Amino acid sequence: MKHTISVLVENEFGVLPRVSGLFSGRGFNIDSLSVAPTLDESISRMTIVTTGDDRILEQITKQLNKLIDVIKVIDFTDQDFVEREMLMVKVTAEAETRAEVLRIADIFRANVVDVTPKSYSLEATGTPQKINALIELLRPLGLKEVVRSGPIVLGRGAKGWKNSE
Amino acid sequence: MKKTGSQILLECLRLEGVDTVFGYPGGTVINIYDDLMDSPIKHILNRHEQAAVHAADAYARVSGKVGVAIATSGPGATNTVTGIATAYMDSIPMVIISGQVPTPLIGNDAFQEADMIGITRPITKHNYLVRDVKDLARIVKQAFYIARTGRPGPVLIDLPKDVQMDSTTFEYPETVELRGYKPTVAANPRQLEKAAKMILAARKPVVYVGGGATLSDMSDELLKFVEAIQAPVTTTLMGMASFPKTHPLSMGMLGMHGTFYANMAVTNSDLLIALGARFDDRVTGKIATFAPHAKIIHVDVDPTSIKKNVRVDLPVVGMLEDVLPRLTEKVQRDQGELKDTVEATQPWRDQIVEWKEQHPMSYKQTKSTIKPQYVIEKLRELTEDDAIIATEVGQHQMWTAQFFDFSQPRTFVTSGGLGTMGFGLPAALGAQAAFPERQVIDISGDGSFQMNSQELATLVQYRLPVKIVILNNNFLGMVRQWQQLFFDKRYSQTCMELPIDFVKLAEAYGATGLRATKVEEVGDVIKKALETPGPVIMEFKVSREENVLPMVPAGAGLNEMVLAS
Repeated sequence: MKHTISVLVENEFGVLPRVSGLFSGRGFNIDSLSVAPTLDESISRMTIVTTGDDRILEQITKQLNKLIDVIKVIDFTDQDFVEREMLMVKVTAEAETRAEVLRIADIFRANVVDVTPKSYSLEATGTPQKINALIELLRPLGLKEVVRSGPIVLGRGAKGWKNSE
Repeated sequence: MKKTGSQILLECLRLEGVDTVFGYPGGTVINIYDDLMDSPIKHILNRHEQAAVHAADAYARVSGKVGVAIATSGPGATNTVTGIATAYMDSIPMVIISGQVPTPLIGNDAFQEADMIGITRPITKHNYLVRDVKDLARIVKQAFYIARTGRPGPVLIDLPKDVQMDSTTFEYPETVELRGYKPTVAANPRQLEKAAKMILAARKPVVYVGGGATLSDMSDELLKFVEAIQAPVTTTLMGMASFPKTHPLSMGMLGMHGTFYANMAVTNSDLLIALGARFDDRVTGKIATFAPHAKIIHVDVDPTSIKKNVRVDLPVVGMLEDVLPRLTEKVQRDQGELKDTVEATQPWRDQIVEWKEQHPMSYKQTKSTIKPQYVIEKLRELTEDDAIIATEVGQHQMWTAQFFDFSQPRTFVTSGGLGTMGFGLPAALGAQAAFPERQVIDISGDGSFQMNSQELATLVQYRLPVKIVILNNNFLGMVRQWQQLFFDKRYSQTCMELPIDFVKLAEAYGATGLRATKVEEVGDVIKKALETPGPVIMEFKVSREENVLPMVPAGAGLNEMVLAS
């Protein structure tokens, strides 16, 4: 089963391997991971997407909580949340396909961030499903490079993480 | 006034109440060792860094204080790894200081450089690389706090040489602020209420005690609780000395080499009350048939221990210091109800007595050869009640657990989780350093003993009068036993073919060596050793192919014990 977890950690060196080690040590792959400082610069927020057995994941979540540098763990599995991922993609754009690339970009509200006579680089944001759909539509036109940020998530509702459970 | 990093470190140790450290000098800790000459802290020079960590570990196990070990960078630091992992698996509070190459050289494959933060990440409760001398005092304060609170464990501080030499104004923080670390102390009252109800309703209860009871010094409270509800008690290897084995409600150890009656009781129980234990695979045997009729209450300070290996009906997260007195009070609230429970559980206690009579712990005594179990029984008979027993790992360790009647807490020092051969001798050394006046015995086998025998030098140098029992069967006995039972007696690489003269070995180090080859010599050798000042090796030539029984074969249920060879 797919799990999305937010981990709030001390913004210090050496924290990432402590967190990732709990996954790798159990043979769990991290499907995606994104990290950046929060409103409070001394705290970083990691968003981790992983797939695996619920029982082992419960164990990993507990182990995460046990790490000294981990301030809070939020497992979004059974919660209502908004999810966004960013995509940057370099698409082949020769004379006959240039218009098609822009049409697809328009439908997905993607922006052109770089142009050359032979390519377009697009930037798009959305749910992972939307990003997948965009990639699939662009694929026949010729993909040169795809970069995804991995999803970041935010719980729904008025409360911030400090009061959420 | 400004102090250097190494001075700050030693001052912090002193303020934490550290009186003895164990270690080994080297290039990147030479500043610490220089300042050590001006510090009131006593340093014991072990002959190997692994031994220094085991000694500090045992110092912590017997005294309840945080043990401290120092090693230099690179090989010195990597030598500590087995010691740290041993302490981690048994939740022992320790602080390990490793030297590190100067910060500008880190990551450059410098001479004697090893990434200790990376290496020890999975075997420490936490670790620190100190990059600025201004952080040092705070880090040491945090390290000690983390090591001894919650579920205790080892913390490593990697201290680069330049940080030891840098200076700053010294101020020791009074409090610790760690927003990510708030160990649960008080248990949820509703959970305790439910636990009390379950205990009063049980008709076949078993109390299963682990190392948590030892670590939290809860022996007295445990006794009160058990006597109130009159439930039979079984302990793990780590929990062993926290409940007197001579108590009528004691069933000894459970698990792979547990007693017949403890394993039968667990298998037939209707309520298992786990206190500071973690359902290790050596305890449970096959999970599917473990305590199949029992509801399980699991009390532990570490939430990750709960539901890790077995299903749990009632989790109680909390320190035993908090849980036990409150639980005892709750079950005693209605004396009438408690009396009914105690009466209703009488048939269960009778059943256990019957099992005890059916298959007591025993071995076949012979006139010709010394039985290892006999040596252990004799040792118990001739030592003080507060004697500290350390062991290595293997058959002798299990025989000690089975046949030595421990009666006082913190008197049994053994590597339970990691199962580290070579632990016992340095552990006995550390225990003796903590309690110079008490009897300290290392029970070992000829295999394990040779893994850290260099510590004889340390014992002699510091006049630590540890008495060493070597149950010599010229075999790596436990593996040989498995080969006998499960590999058709193919004794691959388990016969220690070169006979060692342990008496001469003792003498070479300036210790005393004694030997017994006949049954009737056993008592005299032990008596003589205990009367001899200084360290003594007692070598007992024991029957070579004795097995540790009962035994639950790996993968079998607790009730599927092999009782006789």
